[in-house]
Amino acid sequence: MSESIVIAETNKGTIAPVTAELVSAAIALGTSPTVVIPCADAGIADGAGYDGVSRTIAVKGDCFANYDAASWAAAIDAAAPSGIIIAAATPQSKDLAARIAARRGISVVQDVVTINGMNLTSPIYSGKAMQTVALSGDAAISVRANVFPPAASSGANVSVVDQSGDVATAVQEIIARASTRLDVAEANIIISGGRGMGSPDNFSHLEKIADVLGAAVGASRAAVDTWEQIPHSMQVGQTGKTVNPNLYIAVGISGAIQHLAGMRSSKYIVAVNKDADAPIFAHADYGIVATWEEALPVLESALSSMMS
Amino acid sequence: MPNIVVLVKRVPDTNARIVVNGDRVDLSAVKWVISPYDEFAIETALKHKEAAGGTVTALTLGPADSDKVLKDAKAIGVDEIVRVWDDSWNELDSNAIQSALAEAITGLGAEIVYCGKTAADTGAGSTGPGIAERLGWASVSNITDASFGGGITVTSPVENGSAKVSIPGNAVISCDKGGIKVRKPNVKGIMMAKRAQVNVVSAGAPSPTVTIVSQTPPPAKPAGKKYEGGSAAEEVARLLRDEANVI
Repeated sequence: MSESIVIAETNKGTIAPVTAELVSAAIALGTSPTVVIPCADAGIADGAGYDGVSRTIAVKGDCFANYDAASWAAAIDAAAPSGIIIAAATPQSKDLAARIAARRGISVVQDVVTINGMNLTSPIYSGKAMQTVALSGDAAISVRANVFPPAASSGANVSVVDQSGDVATAVQEIIARASTRLDVAEANIIISGGRGMGSPDNFSHLEKIADVLGAAVGASRAAVDTWEQIPHSMQVGQTGKTVNPNLYIAVGISGAIQHLAGMRSSKYIVAVNKDADAPIFAHADYGIVATWEEALPVLESALSSMMS
Repeated sequence: MPNIVVLVKRVPDTNARIVVNGDRVDLSAVKWVISPYDEFAIETALKHKEAAGGTVTALTLGPADSDKVLKDAKAIGVDEIVRVWDDSWNELDSNAIQSALAEAITGLGAEIVYCGKTAADTGAGSTGPGIAERLGWASVSNITDASFGGGITVTSPVENGSAKVSIPGNAVISCDKGGIKVRKPNVKGIMMAKRAQVNVVSAGAPSPTVTIVSQTPPPAKPAGKKYEGGSAAEEVARLLRDEANVI
């Protein structure tokens, strides 16, 4: 049996919940993984053991203060045994997985959503098709969030190794995001607007609902291309961000194939559109044929009373 | 003056329907284009050349049908177009593709490589950082801006914002859209591209350890519930809590 290594996902100085899902993915491959936690301060790894893992190592190094692909890959490669590398399918961890794979001369399979023996399935063409590949050797794989159930915490001990990597790029300045709103790539709930919103000012109605739900606000390509006030960073779709939240609410979005490609794997989809024939309704779990002006105030007040 | 390489890939147009026949996608009817993010890489590479001099070479991996995207890149303004291929290649995995591209990049004497953040077919984003590691270079991915006054400075996303990062040496830089506006080919460029010669080079590629088993349509969703009128939003909110359990 091959070995596996789970690279813990860290976020805001803590271990992100998706890490427990990666442990389950490793177990689905028939392995008992070594969990590697990259950190500048090993304190974040206290009590970070999971059921079903063979051991947990906090890899502590100054290089982990800021992301630098070269130094992270070098430090993690040095500390991790050989085997199948498993990382979260976030932009940063996909990048890291690709570098570690290249360092070890092995292949990489990104965005895995199903594991069946050594067969891995990922979306291709932004989810317009699925591709299953077979592994016949070690590889680095990234696994999408919200696919595998999280492994239980064991509170087991974590060993700490010091590992430095030479930083190849220099961070000059960190620019905090102007808005405190969640990014669509990080959100469990997303409410997106399309050109049917009529004007960029009307996105404030989406923001109100996003505030109630703790959701991110997204947009269709048509909205981003039409209104310069709607930045590309909000765009969901094949030429924007691919998302798979638990809940995706599409408002005034017709459901062009390009948009569907970026959000069709969302667990639940709600569509609000005044056109009963809009393609988005074919993908919606709950469809409301109405203008946003009719539907959003009702939705906001119903959600507000539920969440309070 | 920098020897700049930009990676381009031939992919189906992002508006194309993807059809599955048997257990493989059937791309016989799709329109082919340069992968959209590669256009931002071409633009950034050309800006780099305009600021620092040097040459821009567009490089792709593929059989002769990929020449079209190289000529499209030439029409936009790159200097040289190169394709790496070996007719003995059949199915290549990422390890093979990156090895062959890294060898070709070394052969071209490149000092800096630009590429799109992901290709529109796989969406993987593995090639840029993978090539950087093989070359022993730095890499910065998903940049949204670049400036070239006194060295290369790029803007790339980090937790809760973005970072300005300076790149002291050789690097592979993958490009997101950000604020980058791409230039379109002009008539002179298109005429020059028609006459341009593609330089075909060969490289080694290790045998694959990842092989395609099947390609299938995405799983169909069961039909949902559909309501008329905005007042139904109250019922939908209740179902999201009681039936879907997502809020």
